[in-house]
Amino acid sequence: MLSRTADHLYWMARYIERAENMARVLDVTYNMSLVPNAAQSEAALWEPALQIAGNVDDFEASHDEYTAANVIHYLAMDQNNPSSIFSALRSARENARAVRVALSAETWENINTLWLEFGQFQAADISESGLSEFCDWVKSRSHLFRGVSFGTMLRDDAFRFVRLGTFIERADNTARLLDVKYHLLLPGEEEIGGAVDYYEWSAVLRSVSAFQAYQKIFSDTIEPWRVAELLVLRDDMPRSLHACFDEITPILEQLSGRRSSESRRIAGEMHARLHFGRMEEIFQDGLHEFLEDFVTSNNNLGMEIQRSFLNAPVI
Amino acid sequence: MDMASRIPFDEMQPQDDAVREIYRVYAAWLKSFPLQQLERKRQEAEVLFRRVGITFNVYGETSGNERLIPFDVIPRLLGSAEWQMLSSGAIQRVKALNLFLDDIYHKQEIIKAGIVPAGILANAQYRPEMYGVDVPGGVYAHIAGVDLVRTGESQFYVLEDNLRTPSGVSYMLENRKMMMRLFPELFRRYSVAPMEHYPQVLMNNLRVVAPHGVQDPVVVLLTPGAYNSAYFEHAFLAQQMGVELVEGQDLFVRNNAVYMRTTEGPKRVDVIYRRLDDDYLDPLVFKPDSMLGVPGLLSVYRNGGVTLANAVGTGVADDKATYIHVPDMIRFYLGEEPILSNVPTYELSKPDDLKYVLEHLAELVVKEVQGSGGYGMLVGPAATKKEIEEFRLRILSAPDNYIAQPTLALSTCPTLVEQGIAPRHVDLRPFVLSGKTVTLVPGALCRVALKEGSLVVNSSQGGGTKDTWVLENA
Repeated sequence: MLSRTADHLYWMARYIERAENMARVLDVTYNMSLVPNAAQSEAALWEPALQIAGNVDDFEASHDEYTAANVIHYLAMDQNNPSSIFSALRSARENARAVRVALSAETWENINTLWLEFGQFQAADISESGLSEFCDWVKSRSHLFRGVSFGTMLRDDAFRFVRLGTFIERADNTARLLDVKYHLLLPGEEEIGGAVDYYEWSAVLRSVSAFQAYQKIFSDTIEPWRVAELLVLRDDMPRSLHACFDEITPILEQLSGRRSSESRRIAGEMHARLHFGRMEEIFQDGLHEFLEDFVTSNNNLGMEIQRSFLNAPVI
Repeated sequence: MDMASRIPFDEMQPQDDAVREIYRVYAAWLKSFPLQQLERKRQEAEVLFRRVGITFNVYGETSGNERLIPFDVIPRLLGSAEWQMLSSGAIQRVKALNLFLDDIYHKQEIIKAGIVPAGILANAQYRPEMYGVDVPGGVYAHIAGVDLVRTGESQFYVLEDNLRTPSGVSYMLENRKMMMRLFPELFRRYSVAPMEHYPQVLMNNLRVVAPHGVQDPVVVLLTPGAYNSAYFEHAFLAQQMGVELVEGQDLFVRNNAVYMRTTEGPKRVDVIYRRLDDDYLDPLVFKPDSMLGVPGLLSVYRNGGVTLANAVGTGVADDKATYIHVPDMIRFYLGEEPILSNVPTYELSKPDDLKYVLEHLAELVVKEVQGSGGYGMLVGPAATKKEIEEFRLRILSAPDNYIAQPTLALSTCPTLVEQGIAPRHVDLRPFVLSGKTVTLVPGALCRVALKEGSLVVNSSQGGGTKDTWVLENA
């Protein structure tokens, strides 16, 4: 297929996944703000949401205060913030429009409808009562996108690049989320096992749809290291790093024609660490270091995919 | 020629006359169908078009704000005898125009015979780069959009021949799909000739004109990109034909061949259905600052390494200065009498014509020779005194750039507008396809001027579209 087409498909999927993850972070942060004493200040509550998105500096440059309304607007609707939900969905739709031929008609119509519906939220003030509804809508639109593309697209390279985009983006988001939250809640700074901890960690779990799974697997109190294990090593947890690489590695094997051995090598190495790694060792070397290293490797993989497939050289 | 003062011919029910036979069933149905429900159908169509993204971009507007072309739910009907006449007339015209293009880029016999003046070789649309170049099958205008208007029961005129990159066929096809969805019961009452096979006919033709010796040609559709006004159509046709939709940046030239960049490496391209104007095709030959084209494309093309559809240089044949000569071309090349008439045309390069036109500006339509899309034209009867005087100055500064025609009382067709159902002026654009043979599917894009009294049907100027039904056995 055309390299440019593959590029648009890959980024379309990444942007939709990014919007979904942003909505998840916003939703749980907002819910946390309703828990009494969850945080000493609005800043302490909302800054992590910006850290996960990776744009604290940009926010501070354009805003004076960490108020809920400010952060929500910045992360959800700000047209000047390239990683806001608005920008991500707009980019997803622009990418889809550029390659509507390569999508099944249903997939294109789904993304187009998404963009048409977005208008109603833009007009309304979502920062107070409407936020949960908005976040639910983003999530369900993203689910629909995956369902429609999975259910209607020919299993060719176009489909593979869409899936690749989804899981590379998801792995990045899960790793960042865990890193930010884990960093904040290192034992020692606060008493462990308090009510606030419980809410914080259940919020993290909910933000990756893992709360029920946690209960089912461990049926025990929520412990930070188990949360980390669930989101890093468990291959049956759909948003875990391991599960993402269970998808990514075979896709890179299946892509036809000129193979990129470097991208397969990076993915294989990352997959092996997740597949054979043990949580004790990861903790010994430091979870933060592990996650930081993971995000960098995942980034390198993304760049290698970009280099060898999407910006295909002439010869 | 006093065509303007006449009351326009109505396609359904001419003034003080009975409903025309072909409309009998439809008119009765329309009368019994509640207006509110018709309006609901119109809204339903709008929602569907919007969701599918059947839109066009207007130049100068920001992205993401694509507009819908207004769709009218009342179809235009044509009887089979009418259609027979129109289609053979359009085919005859396109045959002659292809022969003319082949001639003017080779032996130039029509100039030697004194039928077309040699001045045509100085026309900006004449491409000297094409002189002596043989194109597969001698086909230049693979796709032609012949604009037809009607002024009476049997008076049809050709307004212009669009031979460069005519657009609108996707609306012809989508409008039919929409009508079948909205009014299935009508398709049971009428036997409407199907035309949904257009993309297959086009694809077949594009494969036929592949460079000599290519067994299984790779066909692509070249678009200027997602911000082009007709991008939807480009995507639609590529999808319907199952070919790659490429932009200039996806193609490159190497060793006298055109390749596209794919995830599996370079892939050879044999036929390019290009929806990009000549000027932007190859920055090495035409506009050097064009980012839309492919450097070196023209050289491969001239050497026969790739086929372009339409050919480079067709613009000289649909130029309004050339238009005047088409009836003579038909006689010269085919030895036949033209089936369809031209609109009588004044050439402002001729002093007598210029004098007459300047005296009658308020009655005439004046067009720029190279204008298109309804821009740069004066519709005398609809213009203010001030507009006429401004246009007079423009004409006087460069009379050669203009032609003038009487204001035709274009036929009207019942149309759903805000006030209810009212007559609005329409035209008709069938798409003529040339490959091994010259054919067209039984259908056409019908454009309608939605503003009361307006004669400008272009979508860029607020025109809408209708489905056109060619009735079998009627």
